[in-house]
Amino acid sequence: MSTLLEMSGVSVSFDGFKAINNLSFRIGEPELRAIIGPNGAGKTTFMDIITGKTRPDEGRVLWGEKSVSLLKMSESQIARAGVGRKFQKPTVFEAQTVRENLAMALKNKRGPFDVLFHSKTRAGAERIEAIAAEIGLSDQLGRISGELSHGQKQWLEIGMLLAQDPRLLLVDEPAAGMTPAEREHTTDLLRRAATKHAVVVVEHDMEFVRRLDCKVTVLCEGSVLAEGSLDHVTANQDVIDVYLGR
Amino acid sequence: MTSFFARNKSAAWFLLALALFVLLVTVLAPATGTGFLSTSFVKTLGKTLCLMLVAVAMDVVWGYTGILSLGHMAFFGLGGYMIGMWLMYARTELIIAESLRAAPIPPTPEEIHDAIGQQIFGVVGSADFPWLWGFAHSFPLQLAMVVLVPGILALVFGWLAFRSRVTGVYLSILTQAMTLALSLYLFQNEAGLRGNNGLSGLQNLPGLDAVPQSTISIWFFWGSALALGLGYLLFAWVVSGKMGSVIRGIRDNENRVRFLGYHVESYKLFIFTLTGIISGLAGALYYPQAGIINPAEIAPIASIYLAVWVAIGGRGRLYGAALGAAVVSLLSSWFTGGGAPNINLGFYTINWTDWWLVLLGLSFVAVTLLAPKGIGGIFDLFSRRHAVPERVGDFGPDQGARRTVEGEEEK
Repeated sequence: MSTLLEMSGVSVSFDGFKAINNLSFRIGEPELRAIIGPNGAGKTTFMDIITGKTRPDEGRVLWGEKSVSLLKMSESQIARAGVGRKFQKPTVFEAQTVRENLAMALKNKRGPFDVLFHSKTRAGAERIEAIAAEIGLSDQLGRISGELSHGQKQWLEIGMLLAQDPRLLLVDEPAAGMTPAEREHTTDLLRRAATKHAVVVVEHDMEFVRRLDCKVTVLCEGSVLAEGSLDHVTANQDVIDVYLGR
Repeated sequence: MTSFFARNKSAAWFLLALALFVLLVTVLAPATGTGFLSTSFVKTLGKTLCLMLVAVAMDVVWGYTGILSLGHMAFFGLGGYMIGMWLMYARTELIIAESLRAAPIPPTPEEIHDAIGQQIFGVVGSADFPWLWGFAHSFPLQLAMVVLVPGILALVFGWLAFRSRVTGVYLSILTQAMTLALSLYLFQNEAGLRGNNGLSGLQNLPGLDAVPQSTISIWFFWGSALALGLGYLLFAWVVSGKMGSVIRGIRDNENRVRFLGYHVESYKLFIFTLTGIISGLAGALYYPQAGIINPAEIAPIASIYLAVWVAIGGRGRLYGAALGAAVVSLLSSWFTGGGAPNINLGFYTINWTDWWLVLLGLSFVAVTLLAPKGIGGIFDLFSRRHAVPERVGDFGPDQGARRTVEGEEEK
């Protein structure tokens, strides 16, 4: 298991409030990792830093075999390097069909002229069909995605993440608004993705995290409080005090 | 090509309607048909086609990509200036050559050049050609300027603005500032484009004095129709397929597009520059029909009108923008040209030349509030295919959560 992403000594503050405080984090490929923590622990800011949305005040974020710094790259460059993100609130393109949403996410060249002269390929169509089957939206491909239910939008968003074929998947609360059966399917899907790639799941739902059965990182006040198996961290007195005990 | 039209039925219908319209006008024009239409009306129709083209470009920028540019008429005007420079130079050159031919000693090219300068710039108290006019003697070079000058301005302005991630109303203000600055600059005599006099006599094509204006007007009408047809096809192609998907994505949520790995700024710049160039070309066809161009043409209000046409026509669909431009600009010339009869209320007479702007403003407000889809929305009555959900976000977690009214089952 080689290191894919390494953050060290990262701090960021908003108007004096330290959202991330000397955070160090490392994930290999392939690996599945769950991140838990109370509200305001800095989980979303953590993802924002990796994806380039927020620039840290100090620290290093290194990526891949060549250990390139993500801090000098733009959001789109980071995404092209292989970081995919699923947002907490499903943000699909509501005015476009499910197929168009998936096609936009599909791994292809991203330059304006590549896109302008892009022609649909057999392989691309098959990939979209396969992803649609995976996320259970095969018969919804022609629908405007704004008409989908909340759960279906969640699935579409996961499908878009898969279509990008990223090396690191950042998944923010994937199970929110899903039925128990759908949760099971999601767990299944994430664990399968984690056999090849690095997957980071931010989740509130302890039952869901237990089912993922992976290493857990507990964030609190912007830094790592504990790390290890779920049983290990839930036995930690600090964790019980700040998070579980409440 | 057939599959393109199969996927873009509205483009096929638009081109068919345009072809029929051209045929109709050709049959009724004074030079080629019965003469039912006057020469000046044929020119008005030709100009309207150019405005429709710039409106279609505006729709791509605003309706599809979500950049409310209030400066696209600057590119339109620049295109007009660029072609106007050649028209004025070449025609003055012929007149000078004619008048100097009688001289006992044949004039040197130097003398001819100076005399042209005297003729063109006498009105602003100068006789020297500014460097700006370096290419004006050559038709191909000046034609290249029609594309390059608006294109480069759009590229440089867009690069600066998009790179700093200026969006929304701030970008609109910036584009207004751009067109205002350009207009004020050109008002100066020192700018080298004859200040507030502008360029005139553009309706007279050099070397074609023998051809009556009625014939020239139908030529330009055909040329404008061709440009509109090709421009419409180009934009229909750009906004269909994956490019259309990405730019509509940028309009709806540009951050999300960024996280998918697309460099949003390049896309905005591409669209901004492409539409700027097409606007320049439209202007180059418009001003020879108008006959005169001056800096007032690129005043901020011109670009605001452009946005109003597109809003009234219905943004987000190309034919809507084209129809909006046609309807509003033709109505505008009918009302302000004294075509509309004044209404005598007894105590007050509504004089449309004064009240047209009020009427336009009211219709803009009415369209925005009551019919956001604009004129183009009428076509949705015939086909429901392009229906776009009118809300963003969901109302509930169940299957088919789309509701027109919150919390109620759709009947």
